Amino acid sequence: MSQWIRACATDDVDEEDLIRFDHAGETYAIYHSPEGDFFATAGKCTHEDVHLCDGLVMGHLVECPKHNGQFDYRTGEAKRAPVCVNLRTYPIRVEAGAVFIEVP
Amino acid sequence: MKRDYSLLGPDGARAVETGLAAAEWYHTEVPRKVMKELMQRSDQPAIRDTVIWLGSMVVLAGIGIAFWPSFWTIPAWLAYGVLYGSASDSRWHECGHGTAFRTAWMNNAVYEIASFMIMRNSATWRWSHARHHTDTYIVGRDPEIAVMRPPAFFKLILNFFGVFDVAAALPRLAYNAVLGPTTEEKTFVPQSEWGKVARVARIHMAIYLATLALAIWLGSILPLMVIGLPRLYGAWHHVMTGLLQHGGLADNVIDHRLNSRTVYMNPISRFVYWNMNYHVEHHMFPMVPYHALPRLHDAIKHDLPAPNPSIAAGFAEMWPALRRQLRYEDYFLRRELPEGAKPYREDFHRAALGDLPETAIPAE
Repeated sequence: MSQWIRACATDDVDEEDLIRFDHAGETYAIYHSPEGDFFATAGKCTHEDVHLCDGLVMGHLVECPKHNGQFDYRTGEAKRAPVCVNLRTYPIRVEAGAVFIEVP
Repeated sequence: MKRDYSLLGPDGARAVETGLAAAEWYHTEVPRKVMKELMQRSDQPAIRDTVIWLGSMVVLAGIGIAFWPSFWTIPAWLAYGVLYGSASDSRWHECGHGTAFRTAWMNNAVYEIASFMIMRNSATWRWSHARHHTDTYIVGRDPEIAVMRPPAFFKLILNFFGVFDVAAALPRLAYNAVLGPTTEEKTFVPQSEWGKVARVARIHMAIYLATLALAIWLGSILPLMVIGLPRLYGAWHHVMTGLLQHGGLADNVIDHRLNSRTVYMNPISRFVYWNMNYHVEHHMFPMVPYHALPRLHDAIKHDLPAPNPSIAAGFAEMWPALRRQLRYEDYFLRRELPEGAKPYREDFHRAALGDLPETAIPAE
């Protein structure tokens, strides 16, 4: 059954950046878009097990730090080789300066 | 220890079993704010460099064609050859990473042009280079090991004129055009891309056949001097700089400070090579574009072995090590780290990191 978990404060993530969030043995990435919206995806690249938190956010794309594969973090869509498999995304909610993620 | 470099062989399988393949590599700590600034993309430096690169090629080829077959065209062809047969290697590399330009189509356009010049299938090599970064110099996993052990000096020297590269590229081109990727290529190219491998090979082959037909029709090698042959007569610079990247250093390790080399180079070589002389830095942080590598070097050099001060110094260090590997394949250079640097990561392959009985290494 899914549950909402507090991931971080809104101030913890700079605009056009991401941070890593670990919970119950899983790793997630929390994004802050240039428009001020928040998004969440799986924390590791689908190409190889590399944490995306060391990658680069450009607009609505996140680039993996190892092989430069890119995803649209709003939809999880794989946008640039070598990534071929989409990234899983998670619902997110912002309340009272905190970011909550709905995890399975 | 005998090494089997086949991607289908036992060394590769063992690397997967032991966890050496796809391992987590050592990274020097860099504050996130600094790294974000270093990773920023920009079109401007690469547009400037590409205009200079392709513009110079047009001018030089124009001089070569206008005054053909005068001996006075030789300097123009030599310079054109380096821009075609060597600068294409670094453009292929940087645009393959997608870091040279900020704009995706610019990276892709230059990547396709450079891939053709350097005689690499743009679809195949994108994936081979991803593996090179995952498993840098892991025997049986890395398809881009330039100097295998024992080093084949005859081959290395002939390759300064592209001989073996081209001799391998042309049959592969024909195979890819007719049948798609080879069995080995299928180990790192996803099936969804196999059709693209064949399409790219057919386009490259059509251009070469058209150039050859023109040369026959004109009764002159001039068209081949412009397309095709510069991959031979201009290859020396990319081979020279490419050998320095990893030559004589460790294999089967997970610390780029042990298997990669940074060399200070003159401005012309850095233009041709697009700053890949900062090779430890590039492998550790492939997200950083070529134009920011000097700044990355300044940020992390306290944690890296001292760079070689010149190309000549790099060869003076590397060549004797390669010669020693002729007799003792496990030999490699282990360079001192500066005081205060984090120790080399030795948790995987102590044996590969110099934990060998001295008596096992023959004296010079």
